[in-house]
Amino acid sequence: MKLTTLTFAAAMVAGTAMAEGVVAPQDVVMSEYGEVATSLTGKPGDPERGFEVYSKRSLGNCVACHEISTLDVAWPGNVGPMLDGAADRWSEAELRGIVVNSKKTFEGTVMPAYYRVDGFIRPGNAYTGKAADDSFGPLLTAEQVEDVIAFLSTLKE
Amino acid sequence: MNFKMLSVVSAVALAMPTLGAAGPDDDTLIINEEIEVVTKAEPAEHLDGALYEVISGWHFRNDDTQAIEMDDFDNPGMLGVENAMATWNTAEGSAGKSCADCHGDAAESMKGVKATYPKYDEKAGTVMTVQMKVNECRTERMGAEAWKYDAGPAIDMEAMIGSQSRGMQMNVAIDGPAKPFWEKGKEIYYTRYGQLELSCASCHEQNYGNMIRADHLSQGQTNGFPTYRLKNAKLNGAHSRFKGCIRDTRAETFSPGSDEFIALELYVASRGNGLGVETPSVRN
Ligand code: HEC
Ligand code: HEC
Ligand code: HEC
Repeated sequence: MKLTTLTFAAAMVAGTAMAEGVVAPQDVVMSEYGEVATSLTGKPGDPERGFEVYSKRSLGNCVACHEISTLDVAWPGNVGPMLDGAADRWSEAELRGIVVNSKKTFEGTVMPAYYRVDGFIRPGNAYTGKAADDSFGPLLTAEQVEDVIAFLSTLKE
Repeated sequence: MNFKMLSVVSAVALAMPTLGAAGPDDDTLIINEEIEVVTKAEPAEHLDGALYEVISGWHFRNDDTQAIEMDDFDNPGMLGVENAMATWNTAEGSAGKSCADCHGDAAESMKGVKATYPKYDEKAGTVMTVQMKVNECRTERMGAEAWKYDAGPAIDMEAMIGSQSRGMQMNVAIDGPAKPFWEKGKEIYYTRYGQLELSCASCHEQNYGNMIRADHLSQGQTNGFPTYRLKNAKLNGAHSRFKGCIRDTRAETFSPGSDEFIALELYVASRGNGLGVETPSVRN
């Protein structure tokens, strides 16, 4: 049971086999303004798991660049803006687009694209410094993207 | 004596308000109460306004880390310099010669070298770093083996040679035959590598002074290299630092000693023209 889940997760990350109803990174439809209208999993995300994606170094590590004043996470960075009230400023479709590939919303931004698998220069195998191999996948899974969107949607003032 | 000095420094540090995630501080770097180092300079013209002030990485470290660099007795990087001094005087290789046999007193013959390297070399027809020049002497003049790039003896020797220029201002040449190498280094500097798509400029030009997680971003200058890092407790070469920074973008890196890093070192050094040499600097 455990094993199946693991194998399944690895296959998903590699972008080879997508679970039913999950949109693969190559198939994401983005509007001219950078919105992604529909859920990548066809289901709403879980805000609590989304907070983990936001704060864990091994997941989204959003806190490397962002701070949320109401949350106590050690060492938030300030390369990006404070995310307080983000859901007042952006619709869900816009937030999804920002996480999937923020470059469409903010031209030239330093914020990474979390659900894209092509167009990189010298992509590596995670943080090893070695070239990417066929385990290469998006920074976050479709579920993780939806979870972090659900979390961001709670950021209202 | 030294211990006392340090305690005074930390007492002062404690009494001062914390800066938080602010920009560079306004402290003054004087090493051994004697060598004044220029740590903020007018940007060179070739920077084209990319920076309004050129600032040493020393200003982005906390007072305790800064203090360690201000006294050779406290600076652990000086142990590498001492090692290299012993090597300097030891004959090695089939020619039975030491560095000192040809170059005499390093304090005189190596003064100013760090400030002008990497440098275009007529004979080799390429830009050479200090480590490459040392290996040229070892293989062509001493009959000794080349040292591995950025490793033990090579980095100690580079630190020793660099320390002879402390206080002198960086002034690498980028014109004439060096120009194409400089252009290549510049292109690398602005290329957004890896899955995170970050260039050197993303962090060190657009965001110096900001925090990226717990790291206070500096301008990524090389005037203090080789640098002693408290984190890994050894002297680190510029190419090794470049490699670590590129790895952190989830990219396939280049190797220390590669043509790419030689060009990048020249370009990055040129961004710091005007800054005083700090070698061996101390960073976290
Ligand atoms: C390397 C830095 C960096 C990382 C990591 C990062 N961001 Fe960003 N983010 C930025 C920057 C910079 C901006 C501002 C856009 C611009 O003008 O470049 C931004 C903008 C945003 C915005 C819009 C902000 C607003 O309030 O208007 C949201 C939402 C956001 N990021 C969410 C995230 C999430 C979620 C993650 C992690 C999954 C993340 N960011 C990771 C740098 C980053
Ligand atoms: C047999 C003589 C000889 C020995 C031994 C020797 N060198 Fe040299 N070194 C030279 C000469 C000659 C040059 C100038 C070469 C040139 O102009 O390309 C030079 C150049 C250099 C330079 C470049 C200096 C500059 O001003 O550009 C460095 C650095 C250097 N040597 C370091 C060393 C070190 C370190 C050792 C020992 C490990 C060493 N050398 C051993 C003869 C020697
Ligand atoms: C993801 C952000 C990031 C990127 C991209 C990056 N660096 Fe860095 N770099 C850092 C951090 C963090 C440090 C340690 C704190 C500091 O000194 O800025 C650092 C330190 C350095 C230092 C040491 C500075 C000193 O005073 O000791 C140099 C040199 C440097 N970087 C050069 C580069 C170059 C060249 C590139 C591009 C190949 C690059 N960096 C890309 C984050 C980055």
